[in-house]
Amino acid sequence: MLPFLLEIGTEEIPDWMIPSALEFLRSKFPGENVRVDGTGRRLVLRADVAARSADREEVVTGPPASVTGKALDGFCAKQGVTAAELSVIETAKGKYWSFTRKIAGRDAAETLREEIPALITSIPWPKTMYWPSMGGPRFIRPVRWIVALLGADVVPFECCGVTSGNTTMGHRRLGARGPLAVTVSDYEQVLRENFVIVSAAERRAKIEAEVAAVAGARGLQAKADAKLLEVLTYITEYPTAILGSFDASYLTLPSEVLVMVMRHHQKYFSVETAEGELAPHFIAIMNIPADPEGHVVNGNERVLRARFNDARFFYDVDQKKTLAAREEDLSHVTFQAKVGNYLEKTARVAALAGQLGGPDAEAAAHLCKADLTTEMVKEFTDLQGIVGGLYARAQGVPRPVAQAVYEHYKPLSMEDSIPSTSVGQALSVADKVDTLRSCFAVGMIPSGSKDPFALRRASQGVVKILADGVLTVTLDELCAGDEKLTAFFRERVDYYFREVRGFAYDEVNAVMAAGYGNLPDALARLDAVKAVRPTADFEPLAAAFKRIKNILKQAGDVAAGAPDAALYTEQEAALAAATEATDVATGTYSERLARVALLRPAVDAFFDKVLVNDPDPKVRENRLRLLTNLINKFSSIADFSEIVTN
Amino acid sequence: MDTFQETVFKLKKYWADRGCIIQEPYDTEVGAGTMAPETFLRVLGKKKYNVAYVQPSRRPADGRYGDNPNRLYKHMQMQVILKPTPADVLDLYMGSLEAIGIDLSKHDLKLEEDNWESPTLGAWGIGWQVMLDGMEITQFTYFQQVGGLDLDHVPAEITYGLERIVSFLQGKESVYDIEWAPGFTYRDVRYFDELQQSVYNFEMADVARLWRLLDEYEAEAQRLVDAYRAEGLADADKRRFPLLSAYDNVLKCSNLFNLLDARGAISVTERVGVIGRVRKLAVGVAQAFQDQEQYREVA
Repeated sequence: MLPFLLEIGTEEIPDWMIPSALEFLRSKFPGENVRVDGTGRRLVLRADVAARSADREEVVTGPPASVTGKALDGFCAKQGVTAAELSVIETAKGKYWSFTRKIAGRDAAETLREEIPALITSIPWPKTMYWPSMGGPRFIRPVRWIVALLGADVVPFECCGVTSGNTTMGHRRLGARGPLAVTVSDYEQVLRENFVIVSAAERRAKIEAEVAAVAGARGLQAKADAKLLEVLTYITEYPTAILGSFDASYLTLPSEVLVMVMRHHQKYFSVETAEGELAPHFIAIMNIPADPEGHVVNGNERVLRARFNDARFFYDVDQKKTLAAREEDLSHVTFQAKVGNYLEKTARVAALAGQLGGPDAEAAAHLCKADLTTEMVKEFTDLQGIVGGLYARAQGVPRPVAQAVYEHYKPLSMEDSIPSTSVGQALSVADKVDTLRSCFAVGMIPSGSKDPFALRRASQGVVKILADGVLTVTLDELCAGDEKLTAFFRERVDYYFREVRGFAYDEVNAVMAAGYGNLPDALARLDAVKAVRPTADFEPLAAAFKRIKNILKQAGDVAAGAPDAALYTEQEAALAAATEATDVATGTYSERLARVALLRPAVDAFFDKVLVNDPDPKVRENRLRLLTNLINKFSSIADFSEIVTN
Repeated sequence: MDTFQETVFKLKKYWADRGCIIQEPYDTEVGAGTMAPETFLRVLGKKKYNVAYVQPSRRPADGRYGDNPNRLYKHMQMQVILKPTPADVLDLYMGSLEAIGIDLSKHDLKLEEDNWESPTLGAWGIGWQVMLDGMEITQFTYFQQVGGLDLDHVPAEITYGLERIVSFLQGKESVYDIEWAPGFTYRDVRYFDELQQSVYNFEMADVARLWRLLDEYEAEAQRLVDAYRAEGLADADKRRFPLLSAYDNVLKCSNLFNLLDARGAISVTERVGVIGRVRKLAVGVAQAFQDQEQYREVA
């Protein structure tokens, strides 16, 4: 085995694309013990590779042994062998000419030289560029060097406009400025001496430790932020944490705004006191090892001051007009060109929210979009809703109403929580359902990856709120007979049960076939099916239900009505009695399902002794009715025939 | 500590020493250095070209009557175009920062993803915003398409925000406190420009007349683009055809759009339509200009 090192040196790759690119390299590289790592400027792969692949033999089968003369000469010429080298072998299909070809192993250097360029150019990126001219290479950013070493030797190839070699580059502005010669063994050390920490895990740990340390030195703690940590890990090569401060007077601004400015605009960690109060400090991550003269802290503090001043300006300007007074201004804000403006939307949402959540929800609906006209939301669009809620509170709006406004965009994802109050849930559902109805009404229905209005997210949010929240409205009522919307929601419910709640697809199919308009009820039935499923009688019973369904399906329409007990055999009478006696209307769903499972002996005995397709049409009809009754009675919890059994 | 003008001199000298033509600002209103013909039209076609210039850029909606320490109606961009891009372009750029006195071993410099797209110009590119100690000081873009055309050579566009860089260098909280020349501040030089233009843009611009002017400049630009495209135009006539004048009319349209926007005269629905009108002209001129290259090359 030989150690192999590949480093693709680039200009700064966007941080969020790096892990998946590295994972692609790792999964596609054919060596052993494959490790990947990287920074914005380098994608690194290390592995162990057999120096030479083993020699091997391959049996080549030719024409049937009966073939001779010219036809056989043709085969020999094509394969580059003489007739003397052929022998006849016995195969399952008869006797054939054949020969054994020896294939010499190849040096890894040779194989890698051929395969690595294709591997590099096949990395999938969200959006690539070409350089320096038309027809030039394509990659996420220009490739500037490539290190490719197998053992002590360079694996020579051309790729993306550069020739592979044994030289890398250090930190852009620290350490040596020119190319640095490396070997497979000293690669990481040489880079470290030149202010590049190759390992993302090490950079991440360094950031975490230093963030905790600089905050701890002031008796404070940094707000944990896994996403920001990842970003900073991949936009630095030599990360170092520094603590900066801002004037405490800015703390009168809403902490949401301050945190947003620090996190989104400046990529700072915010800092809290032991009591969880925002402290007038921030932690920035530099891409250099130290700030001895304080330049970096001073610069960052200056920028943050300007940003906070802007925010304060926006806040003060916004308070000159209340949210309530802003509602009518929404007629100038387009919701969607084909659908109309936000004032019209507000009226619709208010009506629906009132139905779902009463007067507080209706009042909140009138205020909830007004923050779109504020300077704060124009500047920090991610804070819409939150700003409205904060302003409502500051302007003396009753707390339940303000809270509903604050939370009405929730849940923003399936990981996010739903609004915490029934008023908030009603407002959020009303807003989202109105968006869905309005867009569907003008034919703006998501297809494939096209979903510009994020309607999937909106509907997924509605599903989550209905399933987890306290509203009693059903999906059917919300869809109001719109078939396309109903079908769209069906997909979202299915997704929610399977992907978010983790139920098996067949359990989901079974329960949804029995209805899902009331989502908490459907969830309770799912829980019950899942709980009862491992019991001994359940799956065999499910198999029997599938059999019954098939029989009924083949029989076509069965005339409705009660079966005639006079025509029953012993087993039919027993099954009818068991069906009748089983209580599926009271108790928990698990209890009801447990009772259904008790039907198994009667069902088994029925299929053991009774032939449904009796020659006498009257008897046959009667048996079909018996089974129809049974299916109908027991399909209100789940359609058991959907359960996949072994 | 260098004055504003001294920093500009140093940047110009730095890029001149590296083979750039030093141009002067374009003399029609533009919203950004990118819109000056030295960028928008020069990046088209096969001719290699390196150029640098300061471009005063007008953004009527950003005016604040000279009151806001960081927002300006008109700010100065230093624009550098390297076509095609040399392999060491980022080193060259960082060298320019060092040339104006920024010791990059003591400051935190990061390149953060920031792709550029201008629907109005039918243009897009891939690049970064350059952050220095947490402040955005430069936009760096590798153009890929301009006027809806894939570019023969990919230029690097380096756009320095001069007020930001100099306030950083001089440690000023307000751009108006920047020392422009010895004894003269940015306020001395530019305050009334900001104040009066803000009054005009927000209060006194005659909306109806601006709409008429927009229509007129649009018609003039469109007439020229159509005439260039018309069949039967002789090669010699194509060579002398005034596409550069057509483009001036497009720039007028763009500035009028920005003025109307600042005046609050364009509704959200109208906005898309007007942007579409300007794009149609810009793309029309760009495509004609690219076509004209073959005739311009004839002596």
